[in-house]
Amino acid sequence: MSDKIQPTNGASDDDGVVIETLTLPLDAWHRARGGRMVEFAGYHMPVQYEGIMAEHLWTRESAGLFDVSHMGQLSITGEGVVAALEALLPAEIERLPFNKARYSLLLNEEGGVLDDLMLTRQAEDRVYIVVNGATKYDDVAHMIEHLPDDVTINLMEDHALLAVQGPKAVDAVSRLIPGVEALTFMQAGAFQWEGHDLWLSRSGYTGEDGYEISLPAEAAEAFADALLEQPEVKPIGLGARDSLRLEAGLPLYGHDLDPETTPVMADLGFALWKRRREAADFPGATRILAEREHGPAVKRVGLLVEGRQPVREGASVVGDDGAVIGRVTSGGFAPSVGAPIAMAYVPTELATAGTAISLVQRGKVHAATVAAMPFVPHRYYRGA
Amino acid sequence: MSRYFTQDHEWIDVDGETGTVGISDYAQSQLGDIVFVEVPEEGKSLSKGDDAAVVESVKAASDVYAPVSGTVIEGNVALADDSSLVNSDPEGEGWFFKITLADASELDQLMDEQAYAAFVEKL
Repeated sequence: MSDKIQPTNGASDDDGVVIETLTLPLDAWHRARGGRMVEFAGYHMPVQYEGIMAEHLWTRESAGLFDVSHMGQLSITGEGVVAALEALLPAEIERLPFNKARYSLLLNEEGGVLDDLMLTRQAEDRVYIVVNGATKYDDVAHMIEHLPDDVTINLMEDHALLAVQGPKAVDAVSRLIPGVEALTFMQAGAFQWEGHDLWLSRSGYTGEDGYEISLPAEAAEAFADALLEQPEVKPIGLGARDSLRLEAGLPLYGHDLDPETTPVMADLGFALWKRRREAADFPGATRILAEREHGPAVKRVGLLVEGRQPVREGASVVGDDGAVIGRVTSGGFAPSVGAPIAMAYVPTELATAGTAISLVQRGKVHAATVAAMPFVPHRYYRGA
Repeated sequence: MSRYFTQDHEWIDVDGETGTVGISDYAQSQLGDIVFVEVPEEGKSLSKGDDAAVVESVKAASDVYAPVSGTVIEGNVALADDSSLVNSDPEGEGWFFKITLADASELDQLMDEQAYAAFVEKL
């Protein structure tokens, strides 16, 4: 027996030089709690504790604690930071109220997605951004190149990032940090826990209610311990993080998004804000707005796969004549759906819910149907 | 009846000229939650080392190799309805297929239970 996909203990760069896998602030904490560690985005990270299925279902019914300290936390400051950042993104930051988080996309000149991210305007001239771990150094390089010299980029590598996700996350987190229950989805703010400064946002990557909490690395172990003492909370690995986000219809950078893909192809048109569309003043605006008007050649869709066998990233979408017309970019067994699901890019004329699609994986044909996403309804807290 | 193991974590119980094949408890624990198993059809001829079956966990797909050469007598149909049998009883009810042995001397290259335990210990 052999795994077709194997975790590695170190990554190689393009020249074949082995790059040392780094550790995160909670490395020993995960190992002490039975986390099975794998290399991910250049770091040792827990893929699972008791099992992906159990962790996934626990998060949907109670609350899961995720260590996402590999992600890049950027504090970007300086006079004119808002206008400077808007030149790289299609977001409305100028009129964004303080402490409101927004999903956005770093775009190249062709309109391709360099990264997806969450940004929060913390003050007049300060924006906090969370980017993907695997792309954070490229993102910083891109920003250094394109932002004016009087804007400062601080990659907060002395901070950990924890997510608590699930319907009972509010009970557990508010017991430790009174007041967070009043936040609504995508609202953020500064809080304190035992004298440590926290930046906390009611958001996440599972489709559930919950929080993402930035804190100094030296406080991470004690805070993670305090969270785990709450009866609602169990630690959750990367495996369940992936199956949860897939069910929630949320794309994963490097898989469902890449520099060849535009926001319109990725069905992320909501990230193109009205003022920015009207001004057509973001990178790749000409192409992106034309695609928005006339439709892209291909589009990201959700697929319900027939049978029990997962169809994973790399499988082909084929037409009636067997020609390859698209590709699966994420796929797996969906624990809360009880069936295999996938995300794929298909020709736009097939991108309608209910359309039958044929997939080919390792020479075998699988029938699938285009499905509306999310596969599992989002349960964000938008206010009482 | 004797049980043999491969370095790829298959086991085979041999009873006369017939073998029953599955994956080891160590293998199922490494794979995690198993959500799909594809077993070979009756009559399929396999050479030692051929891809014989597919096992998919939540996180990955893996091949199961034929530990010996022979002809498949039966695939375990129970796994189609409940692939989690491979997690709950990997070396019993979670067997994959039965095979007639074409060459019993191939068993000499496999490990016995004790040797396999020592092999897994070092992984």
